[in-house]
Amino acid sequence: MKIKINISSDILTKPIMAESILETGVLLNISQAHFDRSQGEVVADVDEDKFDLMCKSLTNKGARVTKLNTPIKWDENECVECSACISVCPTKVFSLDDDFSLVVDESKCIQCGTCVDMCPHNALSLGKNNR
Amino acid sequence: MVKKTIHEINGRIRDGSVNVVTAEEMVHIVGELGAEDAAKEVDVVTTGTFGAMCSSGVWLNFGHSEPPIKMQKVFLNDVEAYTGVAAVDAFIGATQLSESLGMEYGGAHVIEDLIRGKSVHLHATSHGTDCYPRKVLDTTLSLEDMNQAIMMNPRNAYQKYNAATNGTKNTIHTYMGSLLPSFGNVTYSGAGVLSPLSNDPDYMTIGTGTRIFLGGAQGYIVGQGTQHSSGGGFGTLMVQGDLKHMSPDYIRAANFTGYGTSLYVGMGVPIPILNEQIAQATAVTDAGVTTKILDYGIPSRDRAAVRDVTYEELRSGSVDINGRDVPTSSLSSFKKSRIIASELKDWISKGEFFVSMPVERLPKDISAKPMKQTEGIALVSDIMAVNVVTISKDASVYDAAKTIMETAFNHLPVVSADNALVGVVTAWDISKAVSQNKFDLVEDIMTRKVITASADERVAVVARRMDQDSVSAMPVINKERHIIGMITSDDISKLYARRS
Ligand code: SF4
Ligand code: SF4
Repeated sequence: MKIKINISSDILTKPIMAESILETGVLLNISQAHFDRSQGEVVADVDEDKFDLMCKSLTNKGARVTKLNTPIKWDENECVECSACISVCPTKVFSLDDDFSLVVDESKCIQCGTCVDMCPHNALSLGKNNR
Repeated sequence: MVKKTIHEINGRIRDGSVNVVTAEEMVHIVGELGAEDAAKEVDVVTTGTFGAMCSSGVWLNFGHSEPPIKMQKVFLNDVEAYTGVAAVDAFIGATQLSESLGMEYGGAHVIEDLIRGKSVHLHATSHGTDCYPRKVLDTTLSLEDMNQAIMMNPRNAYQKYNAATNGTKNTIHTYMGSLLPSFGNVTYSGAGVLSPLSNDPDYMTIGTGTRIFLGGAQGYIVGQGTQHSSGGGFGTLMVQGDLKHMSPDYIRAANFTGYGTSLYVGMGVPIPILNEQIAQATAVTDAGVTTKILDYGIPSRDRAAVRDVTYEELRSGSVDINGRDVPTSSLSSFKKSRIIASELKDWISKGEFFVSMPVERLPKDISAKPMKQTEGIALVSDIMAVNVVTISKDASVYDAAKTIMETAFNHLPVVSADNALVGVVTAWDISKAVSQNKFDLVEDIMTRKVITASADERVAVVARRMDQDSVSAMPVINKERHIIGMITSDDISKLYARRS
């Protein structure tokens, strides 16, 4: 499953992700990371059954963890298969198959929302995530 | 030499012996048989396109109310339609926005709602006349209730269209979709191999009166579209059709974030193969249609072309820009374009649609002119202040405060020993420093990232930059970064106030 880890500026310099990985022995597969002066944001994959353990360890060190459990919602009736969404998605959720139909691989979605703005037909939406 | 007539082809459509293929299929046929044999073999080639066509709208005739009204303002679901013609006619344009919902809903949505059979609210006002006494009217109408609903699109089916990218540091939102910073993506529109005008670039069979597929119904080409620019390969079509027979499969409302609404229109043009030249033209491929990638980050009519590109490269999913692989995506639907080309093929094979010769061909080799601007284009040098007070980076905060007080300039450009711009301090920076008890050097409190302008830039371009970066003044610098002037949002608003 995908999770988002937010790290505030005061603990940004501490290796808390490495510590949590060592401490719990749970592997994190980082798919996106973004840092600036005010905060850090990391999107990672983690085994479903190890989530609680990892979440606790990270939270104890001051990070905020969100489950990314509502991936992009695609409304096929609104979609005209223009493919505009393809070029903006950072994780290649969208593609066209041989007959130019849109293929949506929701499992890759990191819920950045970029495609929602792009779609000219309001066929894409994001729901709210649970903490 | 193959020579066929429209009459012969329509005879074959009638007796069911016609051979129709799509423009995609024709590529292979001409490839295998050559143009001459292909021309013997094939009677009609169908094209198709489905993309955002902002220049679209519908003429509506509402019928007369009791007592009657001469409508001067008309709103359909709160979207204004153009009147100023006879009493109860109005033109609803696709990009007109709702008065209350703004960019969420526009003329395009009214049109789609009507096709879907939904009722729309009509609100009309008038000054009242002896013959048309009513002053206000409110009612609810559906498509059936109207006398006519004639789609009339002044500029559709661009022969080809520029592809878009963005060289600035911020995402921009355009009618070409979201364009990511630093050439992050490329968007394009058009059906390439299936594009109607690209399959007959010399307009041998396309012109006024040509019967076409429009929005799922039969429609007609009225003539050249507005801004038709055939010389550069940017021909356009003015088309019309009966909205009452159209389908929401082929007419769809769209919203472009930050731009507004537009209408996706499905159109297909049949090309009768009368001789081998026409057969050859319909063999065009994606690789045979070249366009330019333009930098939409430049807020000007003359956008820099980043490079030339073919539809084949665009359709491959990525193009090379400055050595980087940049993802591409289309805004128009190739799948729908294909569906339209095959539906039109079906109609013709079944004898439900006959081809026609234009009564007038589209003009060739003409180009669209840019606007003539009698007011002249204001340049930064026209309105910048030239006596600029600067301060050295080694000056104290106290000196800066004093200078600001004495000169009443709110922005002080900060310069280095060799007089080059290195920063800017404002009255605000100074107040902040003072409130924190910091009385250091100007250098320590100045903003280092200065948004600047150059003297030969257009004011409109600079105004947009000021707005985007939320600054109210910019130093004007030359190549050596020496300050030659200062331009403020006040100067700009004065300029525009004078003009309006
Ligand atoms: S941008 Fe929207 S309409 Fe176009 S293919 Fe993607 S989901 Fe469909
Ligand atoms: S929300 Fe972001 S990651 Fe998810 S599909 Fe859209 S663009 Fe891709």
